[in-house]
Amino acid sequence: MSESLGTTGLVLNEPLLWEKGSAGRSGFSLPRRDVDAYPLDETLASEGPDFPELSEVDVVRHYTRLASWNFGVDTGMYPLGSCTMKYNPKINEKMAGLRGFAGAHPLLPQALSQGLLKLLFELECFLSEITGMDAVSLQPAAGAQGELAGMLLIHAYHKSQGRKPTKIIVPDTAHGTNPASAALCGYRPVSVQSNEQGILSAETIAEVMDEETAGIMVTNPNTLGLFEENIKDIADIVHAKGGLLYGDGANMNAVMGIIDVGRIGLDVLHLNLHKTFSTPHGGGGPGSGPVCVKKHLEPFLPVPRVVEENGAYRLSEHFPQSIGKLHAFYGNVGVMIKAYSYILTMGADNLKKASQLAVLNANYIKERLKDLFHLPYDRPCMHECVFTDNFQMGQKVMTLDMAKRLMDYGFHPPTIYFPLVVNGAIMIEPTETECKQDLDLFIEALRSIAHEAKHNPELLGQAPSKCKVKRLDEVSAARRPCLGG
Amino acid sequence: MRYLPHTSEEINSMLDAVGANSLDALFSTVPENCRRTGDPCLPEPLTEWALNDHMEVLSRSMGVPPGYKVFVGAGSYDHCIPHALSHLLSRSEFVTSYTPYQPEMSQGTLQAIYEYQTLTCRLLGMEVSNASLYDGASALAEALLMAARITRAKKVAISSLIHPHYRQVVRTYFAPTGFELVELPRLQDGRTDLSPLEETEGLAALAVQSPNFFGCVEDLYAAAQEAHQKDALLVTAFTEPLAYGLLKNPGSLGADLACGEAQSLGIPESFGGPGLGMFATKMKFVRNMPGRLVGQTVDMDGRRGFVLTLATREQHIRREKATSNICTNNSLCALAAAMYMASLGRTGIRELARLNRDKTEYLKKGLLDAGFEIPFDSPTFNEFVAAFPSESGKVYQRLLEKKIVAGLPLAPYYPDLADHYLFCVTETKTRDDLDALIKEMTS
Repeated sequence: MSESLGTTGLVLNEPLLWEKGSAGRSGFSLPRRDVDAYPLDETLASEGPDFPELSEVDVVRHYTRLASWNFGVDTGMYPLGSCTMKYNPKINEKMAGLRGFAGAHPLLPQALSQGLLKLLFELECFLSEITGMDAVSLQPAAGAQGELAGMLLIHAYHKSQGRKPTKIIVPDTAHGTNPASAALCGYRPVSVQSNEQGILSAETIAEVMDEETAGIMVTNPNTLGLFEENIKDIADIVHAKGGLLYGDGANMNAVMGIIDVGRIGLDVLHLNLHKTFSTPHGGGGPGSGPVCVKKHLEPFLPVPRVVEENGAYRLSEHFPQSIGKLHAFYGNVGVMIKAYSYILTMGADNLKKASQLAVLNANYIKERLKDLFHLPYDRPCMHECVFTDNFQMGQKVMTLDMAKRLMDYGFHPPTIYFPLVVNGAIMIEPTETECKQDLDLFIEALRSIAHEAKHNPELLGQAPSKCKVKRLDEVSAARRPCLGG
Repeated sequence: MRYLPHTSEEINSMLDAVGANSLDALFSTVPENCRRTGDPCLPEPLTEWALNDHMEVLSRSMGVPPGYKVFVGAGSYDHCIPHALSHLLSRSEFVTSYTPYQPEMSQGTLQAIYEYQTLTCRLLGMEVSNASLYDGASALAEALLMAARITRAKKVAISSLIHPHYRQVVRTYFAPTGFELVELPRLQDGRTDLSPLEETEGLAALAVQSPNFFGCVEDLYAAAQEAHQKDALLVTAFTEPLAYGLLKNPGSLGADLACGEAQSLGIPESFGGPGLGMFATKMKFVRNMPGRLVGQTVDMDGRRGFVLTLATREQHIRREKATSNICTNNSLCALAAAMYMASLGRTGIRELARLNRDKTEYLKKGLLDAGFEIPFDSPTFNEFVAAFPSESGKVYQRLLEKKIVAGLPLAPYYPDLADHYLFCVTETKTRDDLDALIKEMTS
């Protein structure tokens, strides 16, 4: 076996910001004062906030050291299931930083905003094409807000039909954001179980679907990495009772150029530009969660919408049935620019190829590991596969221990303990940008860990041993919260 | 394709391992009636160099500085951003990581967010800040929903001088909830009229923005008294947090929740997003807070470390009973704000805030002297309203031709304020810029 990627090197300690610096320092090139000081009512004024005082060098060193304690996709494989940690192309960062984009005020007169309005209009068209849906709003700022937008659209649609359903069907494999978004719309989530194959059966849905139900929230492929094969029948059942289908597009990376979301019968779908369309996750945002809809939901999309007339673009508020606004302006435009650049770089064929390779990579990992790790659903998977710690339980080794040990080998752990329907889940999503050699190293690392679990389980309980810190005490963190200094 | 590393030999050997005879065969579980009938109609792929040219053309059509002098704020502010920030924010360990679920591998993000939470509390005078929300508008909506949870009341009084877009977002979030929104009118001095509160019962929150949409500094102390007398919470919003470098912060005046947009702290305008939803409150409300929280703890060897904490509030644990559906924060933007606050420092932020105000006063006085009306006489920070003589559209258009965007027309937001414009001056404008604006407006 080749040498493990994970090693130790010199990493520097760094105090908190306010533990360094000296009174009188500043790291800012303050513009020259060229006007007189005007008096200010003393009762309004304050001393100003108690910020640390640092030079530019202090600040640069501080954050450079902090950065070295982090692991990102550029460091190595980051196979977090359901998060699509694919490579984030560097050229897209440059595009979002162009002065004409980054320096643009959102309320510029429209004649001065044509470049970005055109870009947003075209991105909506591209996403329509890729999904097979009729109209798109780019406004939601993240996946969860896209979900909320989807729920609000469904709510507004039912209202326009004079209906007031009270429930919504949410499969047990759903992301936690699904029931939380539904609850914001006043819908009571009705949980349904997936069948022994890990997918929804049409009969289960038929049993719970009634006129009091607004519809169903489906993630397809689902969070077990399996394609919901009965989706078309489920759509027919839900539609027959007046309900609508909301699609959580978190897993769209598996099926670009393969499926037609409109044809399947989904009425609304949200996408995550920070997953499928390669924009970086930024340590937890900013993301972007556009919603794509069929024709009958278009009148309800958030305003303003970008409208084109004879090659000129403008923002229009004139959609009287709109759910309103979700963002102060038009959403995370900086993120949209990166996704637009990605789509222009890839083209239709490469997007399809990306999905095919993402699925190939996941199936490859699944086949190469299933002798050592328990695979609860042994079927062809989409872009991710889910194992459990069932085979390691005898040695009292848990998923958490194996995840932590993976760090010592130089990999970010997969998503663990999700989906909730699988005990001790290990959810691996390699994405298409990992090459075969790196997949093989990852597979070898997990195979070694399975071996260690058998012969040296204490080692795993102590892992990780090569990171900046050892395992952290999360229980006391929650019991005696210290949330600021 | 340079992002797709697989050679055809590798694809074939992997297909062998999987037991599939082609890439298409991997999709055997996708039924025929779900498949596309044709390929998506997208432009042919561009090389890196062709993409550069295409985007350059689009970006050059935008009216931005230095070609244009833009005197508009209204929720998005043009401030100087140190280059060191752009450099640090391009560190790929920050950019290409995800929410720090695995703390041992994410201490950089975690310590940085802990520091952000701390500096946010110091700026706003609050006890606890979350790791950030999407933007100021959704932060306000979340704050009002939180106030309703805490007080179990269903009515919210909201100032009509809160950014009009923020009020629209609040209405969107509130539409399916059955909560009632009461809008408070304005006084002649450009501040909120709190008197209708006297007859309002069952109030969850009073929401006021300061400085408000007209740039006027509100009497938050009086607002807090009014709210607390009604057993309601005072929610203060902001679009320009730099103001608290000079003015009293919301916490010291009695705010229970302080939330708003922090784009002005080191984040480019980017046509309105991504920005940064700042959100802070009192410790006693922490378990009702939406969003991620980072806390300090120790590792197995007793060394200081940081983790995401109090997750039992959140959607991945509580599902439909969570305090919010929010999953991520705007982490990288929160880092930008923390770096910005750290770069300015205690004296820097005060001087910068002072400079913003003084330049704004200079323009205000210049316009007054030139015969323009300044309709609201409350103190302002870096924005104010000026009334033009009628037919102001002509003046505005004429200045636009000279590449000056002379404020934001208020009529679309406040129909009774035809010919009124909202002006913003930051440190990016020189005295010469201001003199030129006054001269052009009066010529």
